[in-house]
Amino acid sequence: MKIALTTSGENLTAPLESRFGRAPRFLLYDLATDTFELVDNSRNLNAAQGAGIQAAQNVVRAGAASLITGHCGPKAFRVLSESGIPVYLAESDTVAEVIEKFRNGSLPRQEQADVEGHW
Amino acid sequence: MRVAVASGKGGTGKTTVAVALALAATQEVQYLDCDVEEPNGQIFLNPKRICQEAVTVPVPALNAGLCNGCGECGSICQFNAIVALKTKPLLFPELCHGCGGCVKACPQKALYEQNKTIGQLTMGGCGHISYIQGRLAVGEAMSPPLIRAVKKYLRPDCLNIIDSPPGTSCPMISAVRGSDFTLLVTEPTPFGLHDLQLAVAAMRELEMPFGVVINRCDSGDRRVEDYCQSQQISVMASIPEQRSIAEAYSRGETLLDAAPAMRSIFEGLLEAVRLSVAGRAA
Amino acid sequence: MKEIVVISGKGGTGKTSLTAAFAALANGAVLADCDVDAADLHLILDPQVLAQNEFISGHEAIIDPAKCIGCGACLANCRFEAVRQTDILTASGERLPAIDPFACEGCGVCVRFCPVQAIDFPSRHCGAWYLSSTRFGPMVHARLGVAAENSGKLVSLVRREARRIATDEGRDLILVDGPPGIGCPVIASMTGASAVLIVTEPTLSGVHDMERVMKLGAHFRLPVHVCVNKWDINADMTGRIETKAIEAGAIVVGRIPFSSEVTQAQLAGKSLIEYSDGPVSNAVRKIWDSLCWHVDATETSSLERSATN
Repeated sequence: MKIALTTSGENLTAPLESRFGRAPRFLLYDLATDTFELVDNSRNLNAAQGAGIQAAQNVVRAGAASLITGHCGPKAFRVLSESGIPVYLAESDTVAEVIEKFRNGSLPRQEQADVEGHW
Repeated sequence: MRVAVASGKGGTGKTTVAVALALAATQEVQYLDCDVEEPNGQIFLNPKRICQEAVTVPVPALNAGLCNGCGECGSICQFNAIVALKTKPLLFPELCHGCGGCVKACPQKALYEQNKTIGQLTMGGCGHISYIQGRLAVGEAMSPPLIRAVKKYLRPDCLNIIDSPPGTSCPMISAVRGSDFTLLVTEPTPFGLHDLQLAVAAMRELEMPFGVVINRCDSGDRRVEDYCQSQQISVMASIPEQRSIAEAYSRGETLLDAAPAMRSIFEGLLEAVRLSVAGRAA
Repeated sequence: MKEIVVISGKGGTGKTSLTAAFAALANGAVLADCDVDAADLHLILDPQVLAQNEFISGHEAIIDPAKCIGCGACLANCRFEAVRQTDILTASGERLPAIDPFACEGCGVCVRFCPVQAIDFPSRHCGAWYLSSTRFGPMVHARLGVAAENSGKLVSLVRREARRIATDEGRDLILVDGPPGIGCPVIASMTGASAVLIVTEPTLSGVHDMERVMKLGAHFRLPVHVCVNKWDINADMTGRIETKAIEAGAIVVGRIPFSSEVTQAQLAGKSLIEYSDGPVSNAVRKIWDSLCWHVDATETSSLERSATN
């Protein structure tokens, strides 16, 4: 199973990026093989609006089964829940620490958008 | 004739000037209040016999039974207002610009258009002035469609005064486009000058004729006048600062209520605009 | 990290003058000028630009006259009155259409449905943004191009950069000079802020516009504070505004008297605090103290709430 984590860095020691829509990239981690790849999200930085929606589509297309991020707005959340992808919220620890917490089941699952949307 | 009253900076006196012009005119006037985010003309003109009408934009709606999940709609949309997932598209009408692209692009004809209300028009009369106002619903993001709806009321047979939004981005442009003349209202301060320069750049890019009105002309320094002179921009009126005008304004009274002697300034201004437009047409 | 956004609803109430004064009092905050359509904060803060970046947003449609066959499909499809027919003729004798860049919304419909793919769709250069330093702290500001779509994207970018600087440099306060109105750019300037300060004036227009922008604050569940500038122009109205503000759940943080000092300070290129120690300066200090106290109090109580959860 692959999980996506928002990050501004390029490996497991990088911090988790707290915002979803305009995060520079996702780290897509394969829990079965313990390998990862990076998925670019930077075209969203140029989106006039709906960056969260575009980011959510990127997560869906990358084949992630779950998303872990700091905050997720209502439009992005809607796209992800309609696609069957649960969202988990985490603090800005390193990606490796967050993955550990996910494995331990200690990350809260988001029931609805936790921040108001914006452009 | 269509005269737009605009400015770079907010709070320079657009509505004050637009209202005074409307009141000083001796012919029939249509006052189009296009500052749709914060329209204030009605405070001063007190229009009677009010009627209202909702303004809508077309946004897509889905006939799910016809959708085969091809995703064409999502790929054409530039605004992320329609998102094509594996099953059916998700709609975000608040981001929709009403371009109709997704509806046209759908090979299954599964999308149709529905009207979404973004604001309202309010119309009324005040003597020789007909007042038409656009008011954007709070939380709606886009002004231009509502501004275009207000401007549908432009009439060729009278004086149309267009009270424009401040700034130089899309709302201001929507309001001033197509006008015969634009008055840029400013104040003689650093902020006033800076924002006037932005507005002048906009008018020059649009290749539209304009002149400057300096409000509270004795409250600052000469920099705006000097700038206009160096750029060969006509200063068509200068209105002195008077505390009594500010106090009247605060009560919703017009400039001409507070300073009736200034009527001649606005009569002169209208005449100057008329001559300029006629001169250009010749 | 706290972010205080100064807005007004109505233009010209004194947002920028007040934000500059707060910058002087905070002395070390990150400053963000989000009034990207008519930015003025730099006229008082005199920033030294350290980096300049292009702002690219959306697209625009441009017809290639060499490929166009004058069929008129673009004219028929455009919802924004952006296509007009010129007097130039195509090779087949039809009138060549042209797209008005000031009206083009960048929707791409004409591009997609042109039968001969004669329309290009390049990215649009919409302005520039700057990272600068001022005597009171780092500043992020921007300049939106003429007729550019003010979607709030540039505003979001300015805020994001300000947050990045605050994190990188360990600064705990961001001061945002917001835009007038209630549209996209205002929404973009205030979502997720710690506090909003509405600067209004005791006029019917000021009240009217304040009420509209307060609805926006309520919609985004932000702590809203209000101060009345030029209060003595109409003491009655000032009282009414303050009552309305409180009834709507906002906190009144002070009043500033009408004074030529505000313009004089601007003419001198100084913030109100630097210009003098008079009644205006004192009023601003009181407002700043009150605002900071309330912002801290809100943070403490929300921390306490999450600690008990």
